[in-house]
Amino acid sequence: MDHDTYTDDYIRGILRETRTIGLVGASANWNRPSFFAMKYLQTKNFRVIPVNPGLAGQTLLSETVFGSLSDIDVSVDMVDIFRNSEAAGLVTDDAIAIGAKTVWMQLSVRNDGAAKTAEAAGLKVVMNRCPKIEYARLSGELSWNGFNSRVITSKRRRM
Amino acid sequence: MAQREPGFETLAVHAGSPPDPTTGARQTPIYQTTSFVFDDTEHAASLFNLQVPGFIYSRLTNPTVAALEERCAALENGVGATATASGHAAQILALFPLMSPGDNIIAANKLYGGSINQMGHSYKKFGWGATFVDPDDPDNFKAEITDRTKAIFIESLANPGGVVTDLEAIAKVAHDAGIVLIVDNTMATPYLCRPFEYGADIIVHSTTKFLSGNGSSVGGVVIDSGTYDWFQNDKYPSLTSPAPEYHGLTFAESFGNLSYTLYGHAVGLRDLGASQSPMNAYLTLLGIETLPLRMERHCANAQVVAEYLKGHDAVSWVSYAGLKEDKYHDLAARYIPKGAGAVFTFGLKGGFDTGIAFVEALELFSHLANIGDSRSLVIHPASTTHRQLTEEQLIAAGAGPEVVRLSIGIESIDDILADLAQAFDRCATASSG
Repeated sequence: MDHDTYTDDYIRGILRETRTIGLVGASANWNRPSFFAMKYLQTKNFRVIPVNPGLAGQTLLSETVFGSLSDIDVSVDMVDIFRNSEAAGLVTDDAIAIGAKTVWMQLSVRNDGAAKTAEAAGLKVVMNRCPKIEYARLSGELSWNGFNSRVITSKRRRM
Repeated sequence: MAQREPGFETLAVHAGSPPDPTTGARQTPIYQTTSFVFDDTEHAASLFNLQVPGFIYSRLTNPTVAALEERCAALENGVGATATASGHAAQILALFPLMSPGDNIIAANKLYGGSINQMGHSYKKFGWGATFVDPDDPDNFKAEITDRTKAIFIESLANPGGVVTDLEAIAKVAHDAGIVLIVDNTMATPYLCRPFEYGADIIVHSTTKFLSGNGSSVGGVVIDSGTYDWFQNDKYPSLTSPAPEYHGLTFAESFGNLSYTLYGHAVGLRDLGASQSPMNAYLTLLGIETLPLRMERHCANAQVVAEYLKGHDAVSWVSYAGLKEDKYHDLAARYIPKGAGAVFTFGLKGGFDTGIAFVEALELFSHLANIGDSRSLVIHPASTTHRQLTEEQLIAAGAGPEVVRLSIGIESIDDILADLAQAFDRCATASSG
């Protein structure tokens, strides 16, 4: 996998098998991208558990913030990384350690070394994408604002 | 593993128009409604804060209009689009996220006359400046760029002169200066030319023309390539600094390469109000389904007409890039190889009065101020569309007193040629009698 492009089937597969997301780099500031993503994914019935050492113990969008992935007391399917590309390496190691099935790095975040490590450990990897945008794109909601979903179908659209 | 990329003809029929999710309606429904209910106040708040996609009010977004936006974005291979009430509205909407009072654009002097008016006169009321240069030499743009210049504006295939613009060279001038290139692709349509492939950043269309294709609906669209990095400099603060009315949200940070299009809806259409109606969007979607077929015929007919006129005694010149000897033939071969479009000009021996007589003698051609209709159209620009220009501007715009503009339709070519022949005959009889 070259990680420059992903097929819709690959992305859809990940989003369908994911129920719980550990969101690393969560923000309490409502106009930060990580807050937008968390709020949106919650409306799509994902449980999103925020991770940010600076906010540990606080409540964010009805969820308790954890200081690290390893502190989370439930099983996490996907780790969504709102950190820079370098920091994404250590977060990926944590994601592997807690048994996540997918490591997802946000727009402009890419760490090919970490991706290799994660894939060798059996995880799926997505880099330089946003799960909120991908979910909205594949479900048709992104099209509501005039965006090009690049989905052509004669079936009723569903995620 | 690689995903199949649908072809242009498939996109023209399908993009933006999957079956309606609620009813299964296969054709895109006309959502003729002003407003959309909120699930609850929390949902409303999320919508107004731009945190979740959804519909509020048709001035901002509407499902039928959104289908047209996605269709257009797909045909140009852009990331998103903002549909507008007209092509003129599209030009304002395209510039709105980029400009502040005191800023300016450099535009080609060979543009649709209405655009020259809009940019040269009305933009001043916003405090926007416009400088016009001959697009044949890309360095002409470079010479006029100042630190307040925010965009270069050109037509890929200029109206009315059949001028083909060197997109790649002008894109380089824009990008060297850290500004965006906006291309009006109305005359070429994405079937003939896709300006993003040559470095354009933003495309505008008057969808009134070939896209709707049957002269039924006025409309426009702005399409973003999604490839311009707004943070590369501090030229575009509307996108890169906090927006007070959205509580300090910074569009380019929160929405990345979706930010320009989102701004076009959430601020541009919200405040300028130049939204497209659902009915017009629906009719334009119907038109686009046959765009590739129509353009093929438009171009084939236009080529035959241009060659016919070239050989006619009453014609002094023909400006159609599909003709081998035409000045723009090489650029046409590079940028619009499938055909040189269907709108072009020619010069009548005899000048202004002969121009008027010829237009009035035509029977099948409609004398009106539009282009890109399935019907053949004719106009004498100097006495109509371009009459507000000075003589100097008329000549620069390729609309001198002897110039007739044709928009060749998709009728039987023999009937088009016969109508031109009888008009020439009547003019000859009138001038000799």
